[in-house]
Amino acid sequence: MAERERILKIRNLNISFKTDSGTVNAIRGVNLDLYRGETIAIVGESGSGKSVTTKAIMGIMANNGTIDSGSIEYTWHDENTGEVRTEDIVKLNEKQMQKEIRGRKIAMVFQDPMTSLNPTMTIGKQIMEPMIYHYGKSKEEAYAKSLELLELVGITDAEKRMKNYPHQLSGGMRQRIVIAIALSCDPYVLICDEPTTALDVTIQAKILELIQDIQKKKNLSVIYITHDLGVVAKVADYVNVMYAGKIIETGTIDEIFYDPRHPYTWGLLSAMPDLDTNDPELYTIPGTPPNLAVPVKGDAFAPRNQYALNIDLRVEPPMFEVPGSTTHKVASWLMHPNAPKIEMPHALKKRLEKMEKGGK
Amino acid sequence: MEEKQPILEVKNLKQYFKISRKFTVKAVDGVSFKIMPGETYGLVGESGSGKSTTGRSIIRLYKPTDGQIIFNGQDISGKMSKQEISMLRTKMQMIFQDPMACLNPRKKVMDIVAEGLDIHHSYSSQKEREQKVYDILELVGLSKEHANRYPHQFSGGQRQRIGIARALIMNPDLIIADEAISALDVSIQAQVVNLMKKIQKDFNTSFLFIAHDLSMVKYISDHIGVLHLGHLVETGTTEEIFSNPIHPYTKSLLSAIPVPNPHVEKTRKSLTYDHDQSDVDYTVGTEHHVGGTHYVLATDEEFEKWTKQ
Amino acid sequence: MEDIKFLDDDFQLVGDKQDITKDVVSPAKPAWKDALGRFCKNKGAVIGCAVILIITLLAIFAPMFSSWKFDAIDTSMKNIGPCAKHWFGTDTYGRDLWVRIWTGTRYSLFIAVVAIFIDVVVGITYGLISGYFGGMVDSVLQRIQEIINSIPTLVVLTLLLMVMKSSLFTIILALSFTEWIGMSRITRAQVLKVKEDEFVLASRTLGASDFFIIFKEILPNIYSQMIIMVMMSIPNAIFYEAYLSFVGLGLPIPLASLGTLINDGFNSFLVYPYMMMIPVVIFSLLMLSFNLFGDGLRDALDPTMKEM
Repeated sequence: MAERERILKIRNLNISFKTDSGTVNAIRGVNLDLYRGETIAIVGESGSGKSVTTKAIMGIMANNGTIDSGSIEYTWHDENTGEVRTEDIVKLNEKQMQKEIRGRKIAMVFQDPMTSLNPTMTIGKQIMEPMIYHYGKSKEEAYAKSLELLELVGITDAEKRMKNYPHQLSGGMRQRIVIAIALSCDPYVLICDEPTTALDVTIQAKILELIQDIQKKKNLSVIYITHDLGVVAKVADYVNVMYAGKIIETGTIDEIFYDPRHPYTWGLLSAMPDLDTNDPELYTIPGTPPNLAVPVKGDAFAPRNQYALNIDLRVEPPMFEVPGSTTHKVASWLMHPNAPKIEMPHALKKRLEKMEKGGK
Repeated sequence: MEEKQPILEVKNLKQYFKISRKFTVKAVDGVSFKIMPGETYGLVGESGSGKSTTGRSIIRLYKPTDGQIIFNGQDISGKMSKQEISMLRTKMQMIFQDPMACLNPRKKVMDIVAEGLDIHHSYSSQKEREQKVYDILELVGLSKEHANRYPHQFSGGQRQRIGIARALIMNPDLIIADEAISALDVSIQAQVVNLMKKIQKDFNTSFLFIAHDLSMVKYISDHIGVLHLGHLVETGTTEEIFSNPIHPYTKSLLSAIPVPNPHVEKTRKSLTYDHDQSDVDYTVGTEHHVGGTHYVLATDEEFEKWTKQ
Repeated sequence: MEDIKFLDDDFQLVGDKQDITKDVVSPAKPAWKDALGRFCKNKGAVIGCAVILIITLLAIFAPMFSSWKFDAIDTSMKNIGPCAKHWFGTDTYGRDLWVRIWTGTRYSLFIAVVAIFIDVVVGITYGLISGYFGGMVDSVLQRIQEIINSIPTLVVLTLLLMVMKSSLFTIILALSFTEWIGMSRITRAQVLKVKEDEFVLASRTLGASDFFIIFKEILPNIYSQMIIMVMMSIPNAIFYEAYLSFVGLGLPIPLASLGTLINDGFNSFLVYPYMMMIPVVIFSLLMLSFNLFGDGLRDALDPTMKEM
């Protein structure tokens, strides 16, 4: 592997929201690294804070949310001088954010293509607008680039489509347009927030393949936010499992899928039936995610964890490195040398072994 | 097996919606299938394929344009007698998709769950009503104390279970689950699916499971019907459909299922099926028997071509 | 990590000591408490509410506890400015304005509230029927409503008042005749939205009658919209009443409303400005307060961002 170039470095990020029912600590100390050309996935249930994290990266937090502490450092090469610059997004003000980062360096693809497009504007205008705004391109230049982009995202007869309105296109088409808009300012980082959830199964794979394809061509870094482990398996190089505002397990895709260590990850992997599952009952994680308006004591997952240790109820587990790996880290007391040796559930183990063999 | 009567038989069901004088949407166009007691029939298809409409026509939220729906041996597709209505409204129940919208936000859980009892006056005292609700709540994994709360105090999975409790209290023979788990998180989906399986085992309830997530459908269903553009293009047992898909649309659907296995998934390429360019005309196709309960909608030439591949 | 003190049993499984199968539901405030909290945060709305209360109380009790009567003419003490004996002065006929103005406010409020009450009953019924049953029923009802709505309110009001003798009853009738349309429109829109919600479908699959669905399922979910609408229409009704009185179509002499008082005061405005200024101030205060109160109610009952 060549020298990895770090683009995004998040350290100890804490975000809270003020609501009628008190302060909700949505993000509690998140660390994240993103390298050039690589893909990371953030997996978690709704309310785990995965969307909030990426919104913080984009600087589009809701009004009642505040970043309490932490840094989001973004590194890039200056277009003109070529020198390396690093900026902490948290410290930038709205105007700088809008001018320098949002759209231009980091772009986002949202879940629902219908609501992320403006229904009263033609496709062409919507693709051209950010280019004209950010780079001051002339109309002709922008038009030419738009055609190029539409072809890149696999839209035939691009010239005709430029004049269409969003409602004249199918769901999959619209998502392609959204991707084209996101790419219009040549960002380094693309954030995809559940990019396929609103689409039909048959189109989902196509869109994912398209994003992968573009990523290779443009050497982009991509962050996927999803709850669908199938999507993760297809696209990600690195996986971060999030629970109750914390990353509880991180590692390469193989480490997470074939050698998971956190009981929550075990639960996630077992809960999704694959095509060979015919156990009489699916394994589930009991209970429901915690309410973050109530301060978390100890490990947030402990009340749902059948392998909980006494210390889990008292002290929040730090990140333990899995022996023999530099990338695989787990926030669970089960990893402590003094902890009892707990194996993953037998059914899951068998399944993972079969999976690992089956794929090769 | 032979002498068993199907709990639900749908024959050539058509459901059209007149949008304007010139324009009619054929949401469901000639769908036929059977559900046996204690079995689960999975209805899959993409959005707009008419799968939800089929479910809603069967439970008579719409008036079917044409075709027959025979439930418990009685035809419920036309005008029904009072007795038939009350049979349909108690013995067939529905679970809805959106856990946020399927419970009345202004009612307590107690009243939501007891609604069916209230409508059909099926209790003799307040105490009996309460007891019935408590029993059902316990069955779906909630406790007594929850009965006096409002829906917004529950999480998505819990609300879905309240929805199931509301259907279950009528002691139905058939439950239509309309995308009942699509809006839930993976770990919660498994909870709800387990609950449905348990109900099926304990009460011999039949399910019509409408979904777009094929891996879950495969796990829960005995029979599967693949719906595309209002036509049932292929139907058969789960085994038959998954091991020997005939119709190109079914094939593309099966190939699109994401597998949570990186080694497989990274290299998988899904098949495409573009109906507009395939010149397959569903309206001229007829049912072709493949074997067992396995049927495909095709013309003779198409059938030959597809089976050869 | 070094600073954590480990206990002896730290690395033992909790096991059966915690019951993970039990579902925990986080306690939450009831919806009305939430709404009340939001309402109290809105200072304008609270002030508006207080002002409405004070004015209403004064309108009810002030005339009762005064030695003067609102229609007692005493020419010996006409046109007296505000003083200790007559707090708001007297008018050109020597009637005490303190009593007269509060009686007038009482009439204005009474007319508005009764008119709006009739509007609500008629409008909601009309909107519910039109929205819920849809189809032909809806088409016919909507056309009728459009026809009524196409006649300008003022024309209807003046015509009505010219045909009938002007009295309290006529004014209330005239006001209710037009205001209900807005109410029925909002109701219909709300019904159309709620009607397709899954919980209503669920009720239908359980065999609920139309009556049950309308009153048990739909109405409780739209009533906050209705309350807001009522609060917003009351100032409108007060205004129309005042307008009619001002152009001379209002309450017959010697009854008083804010409109007639302003009209009377207007005639001698240049000589005795207080005669008009005081009712105008009360009138404006009342309008402003109702609007603030209505706005606050809307924000409290119908927050667009319920989640987060």
